[in-house]
Amino acid sequence: MSSPQRVAVLKGGQSLEREVSLRSAANVEAALQRLGHEVISVDADASLVRTLRAERPDVVFVAIHGKSGEDGTVQEILEILNIPYTGSGVLACVRSMNKVITKAIFTQAGIPTPPACAFGEDAFRELGVADALGDVEERLGLPLVVKPAKQGSAIGITIARAHEDVPRGIMSALSYDDQVMLEQFIPGREIAVSVLGTVDPIALPAVEAVFSGDFYDFESRYTPGMTELVAPADLSDALTAEVSRVALQCYEAIGLRGFGRVDMIIDEDDQVWVLEINPIPGMTDTSLLPKAAQAAGMSFDDVIERVLGEAALGI
Amino acid sequence: MGLVCPQMRRVCGMIGRAMNDGQGAPTADRTTARDSSRFEDRFAARATGIKSSAMRDLMSLTERPEIISLAGGLPDTDSFPDEIFSEVWGAVATTYKASSLQYGPTEGLLELRQDICEIMHSEGAIARPDEILVTAGGQQAIALAIGAFIDPGDIVIAEGPTYPGAVPTLTTNQAHVVHIPLDTNGMSIDSLEEHLDRLDSQGRRPKLIYTIPNFHNPGGVTMSLERRHRLVALAAERDILIVEDNPYGAIRFEGEALPSLYELDAGAGGVVYLSTFSKILSPGVRIGWVAAPAPILRKMNLGKQAIDLCSSTLGQRFIIEYLRRHDWREHVGRLNMIYRSRRDAMLAALSNEFPTEAIWSHPQGGLFVWATLPEYLQTSELLARAIERHQVAFVPGAAAFLDGQGQHSMRLNFSSSSEEKITEGVHRIGAAIEAMTALQRAFGGGV
Repeated sequence: MSSPQRVAVLKGGQSLEREVSLRSAANVEAALQRLGHEVISVDADASLVRTLRAERPDVVFVAIHGKSGEDGTVQEILEILNIPYTGSGVLACVRSMNKVITKAIFTQAGIPTPPACAFGEDAFRELGVADALGDVEERLGLPLVVKPAKQGSAIGITIARAHEDVPRGIMSALSYDDQVMLEQFIPGREIAVSVLGTVDPIALPAVEAVFSGDFYDFESRYTPGMTELVAPADLSDALTAEVSRVALQCYEAIGLRGFGRVDMIIDEDDQVWVLEINPIPGMTDTSLLPKAAQAAGMSFDDVIERVLGEAALGI
Repeated sequence: MGLVCPQMRRVCGMIGRAMNDGQGAPTADRTTARDSSRFEDRFAARATGIKSSAMRDLMSLTERPEIISLAGGLPDTDSFPDEIFSEVWGAVATTYKASSLQYGPTEGLLELRQDICEIMHSEGAIARPDEILVTAGGQQAIALAIGAFIDPGDIVIAEGPTYPGAVPTLTTNQAHVVHIPLDTNGMSIDSLEEHLDRLDSQGRRPKLIYTIPNFHNPGGVTMSLERRHRLVALAAERDILIVEDNPYGAIRFEGEALPSLYELDAGAGGVVYLSTFSKILSPGVRIGWVAAPAPILRKMNLGKQAIDLCSSTLGQRFIIEYLRRHDWREHVGRLNMIYRSRRDAMLAALSNEFPTEAIWSHPQGGLFVWATLPEYLQTSELLARAIERHQVAFVPGAAAFLDGQGQHSMRLNFSSSSEEKITEGVHRIGAAIEAMTALQRAFGGGV
């Protein structure tokens, strides 16, 4: 065990995933205390900078999901205040927060990801993009996954199975973000591969989310018992190796450090498709990364200690 | 707390979470106690019955200071006169120190039950003190009534929408709720009759009809006299108990007061009546009551014993002393003046800001307006947009149903904000609606 540190756990924030963050942070704080660290609990609000200045923590554990936590904002603040922090730097966060940018980087790196297109809300009002929806459907096919470009926890996502469902899905997605992504729907198994480390990152065993509903939505994610998490996922050796390889490739392409999680689909032809990457993976009781660590024989505390040990500065 | 600044203490207190006090090494007990996953597989089925929902999480954002929240349901407590508050507490302290610091009887202090009977009598209902159970607010009265009668799967009839605060009570008791639509005259008795017939043909009979006849929360409507008569008669004919929830009856700004269902039942034992001091005096004293036939009251009394032994003796004594010295109707009169002008501000703002296809209730009292928007607008989505981009909040209609209805409706509170805030808040909601409507137009109306 490393020497005890004064750790500020940054949590809450004002994103729609605020409550999820509070649940993640509660587990992180419990682990840090078990590890003997001094924990300062900081709910990110308008006095964040003043609080951090006054508290002078040795290190910050960032446990905010979504806006401000995963988009590089608090990382930028911590860079300015010169306080080392866990997880990814500003640029990697910016790259992973917006699914449009993430997808472009994946495509450039030759990582398979479902084809998609995206538009801002203004484009519908000002440029008549609605008239091009038929072409989008023709190119990508139905069903379409309609999602906000920048949201986590599957908030605002709908699967449009018919032409008529698309506008409704867009209205919904644009309630949660000012940009909407329309993505080809790939039916298959929902797999998450968590990655730990910075210099020589390792992929943890893949976890499969087996759920009863239409897709792995918010309710399925956070209601205990609604989703079965199978860890390690029941995959062939070849596929196990493949999902790990792809996850590490994504991690490197985006430039993540500390920890992260790559969400993917394995279709019926065993083709792997990457959906997104999360620089601050959920740490709640029903989250995927803790489950993956467990399958690897690591305790939750081991994960937290390791992530804390790699806290750093540097964009 | 030495290491934690006051600001953080406030924030942490607000979100109601235990936090490390930072004094030395934590004990093993405390750290493991924070780890919620430890307990996950031990919770009772009824405690895990509540699903995670993005909407509920969203509501936690309405506490942000920059947000104008029309989501709450708080009565105005600023207007309670300072000198009366001091005088009443002084009297309690001087004369009732020991007894008000002591436990009291489960059913409540006799003097308070007598006062409650007088209040009910002034509103036309006859009850004896031994037919009254004092509760920790109206919410406990609801929980005790549901708890006394409802087994998992039992049918409860409720208005659609119903009181959002009753939703978790009904959910944890695993009630099967059948919603009956509301119109401007309250619960549709025709629809109720149809539902009862349908259930009857399936060999099923509801245990309770839960209704809020006056200034419905969230519906904002009041049940007409004709429907009150019909409801009491129908329930008697079908032998179904009515639970009448009347927290807002005295909060009337205009029109004639109507008799309660309890009064119309005239002692026949068909109505359990729930009310509270929360809206006429203070929700902080946490005192409500149940008026019911003795056998029902005995059962609820046992339920209350198991939960909290007795309601706050301090709170009860405060009310007794207040009622002895002052006319509660004077205070309610003050409140009603305040609420009336806030309601007027809200109705005016709605006319100015909401689309012409929207409809809303025009409450003659109470604390809430219920608005329903065109079908292409989902109010849970509108809420996300309203909080994020317009800094305003309301309660999405789905919170007032147990079956997924209410998607296009919202509850707006007018009692706890100034006229200026209400006007601005409704303006902001209007802007959020306009943005979504513009999108809908972009799709050629095909949403």
